[in-house]
Amino acid sequence: MTGSDLVMYEEEFRKIDTELQKLHQQSNAKVVFLVDKNGQLIASAGETHDIDTTSLASLTAGNIAATGGIARLLGEKEFTILFHEGEKDNIHISLIGQRIILVVIFDSRSSLGLVRLRVKKAAEALGKIFEEITQKVEKEKGEGKLEESIFAEISDEDIDNLFK
Amino acid sequence: MSFINYSSREINCKIVYYGPGLCGKTTNLQYIYRRTNPGQKGKLISLATETERTLFFDFLPLALGDIKGFKIRFHLYTVPGQVFYAASRKLILKGVDGVVFVADSQIERMDSNIESLEDLGINLTEQGYQLEKLPFAMQYNKRDLPNVIPVADLDKVLNLRRVPGFEAVAVTGKGVFETLKAVARQVLFELKSHY
Repeated sequence: MTGSDLVMYEEEFRKIDTELQKLHQQSNAKVVFLVDKNGQLIASAGETHDIDTTSLASLTAGNIAATGGIARLLGEKEFTILFHEGEKDNIHISLIGQRIILVVIFDSRSSLGLVRLRVKKAAEALGKIFEEITQKVEKEKGEGKLEESIFAEISDEDIDNLFK
Repeated sequence: MSFINYSSREINCKIVYYGPGLCGKTTNLQYIYRRTNPGQKGKLISLATETERTLFFDFLPLALGDIKGFKIRFHLYTVPGQVFYAASRKLILKGVDGVVFVADSQIERMDSNIESLEDLGINLTEQGYQLEKLPFAMQYNKRDLPNVIPVADLDKVLNLRRVPGFEAVAVTGKGVFETLKAVARQVLFELKSHY
């Protein structure tokens, strides 16, 4: 079950952050963020202060899941790009490597064409980084390095403390 | 499937509340939301119909505290209980780390409980999970009603795995946090066994 847990390290996180900052800038977007298909927010860039990113992440994943369900009913593997147009803001959602969701929120300062172009480039770079992460986790698991992680010491008492 | 972030020192886990229609899944989340400090929770999102029946899912992010310097976050989801939302239920189970089955203790709902539990097993299998191996807790809800089945009988029929089972009255909060704690404990120990 946990074989496909997502693990994020400092080094890769910085690389992802750099890519997102670049995409945010080059696409003239308001906000750019990255979500795991299960709804966990991975990273974000831009004007996130007045946005509830946790809820947005969960709903985006729900959206992708529902669209994926529709795709399979129609005999498609997946719809890899979703686009919602609003009065002021628009949202461009794309799937990277079947696992990660890239979300770009933009207004009239940008355009769908520009966003699509920049997303395509960023997706390649991000896809590579996530491949690296997968390889790193596999390697460390193989070498048993992860055993010294925090989980080794979790006790009943720790869990009781969470619920005090 | 958990998300372990060494960069922000966070562990995110997904817990799904499953059960037949009107058994009290959303009520569980609403109680947890009311009783958690503002700093520990995000918004409770409900994608519901006009009559407040869950249409797609409810979502509540909880950050209960730290373990060894890592912030532990639980993302709680409910599924739509009504039978015809089967396709949506399946989607919400994606990436699940632990399941709470909320059973309706009333005699007339027993068939629905059994049907929903079987549905859970089928949907998990389709997602590549085995119910027998997943962190799992059972909640017998609505114990305050007059026409309820004795817990021993519910246990016999529904709780074949003998997982922790809790009597609950979700509207008043009885048993709600006990159930969450039981599944959270299993989820964290499951992580421990893998890492």
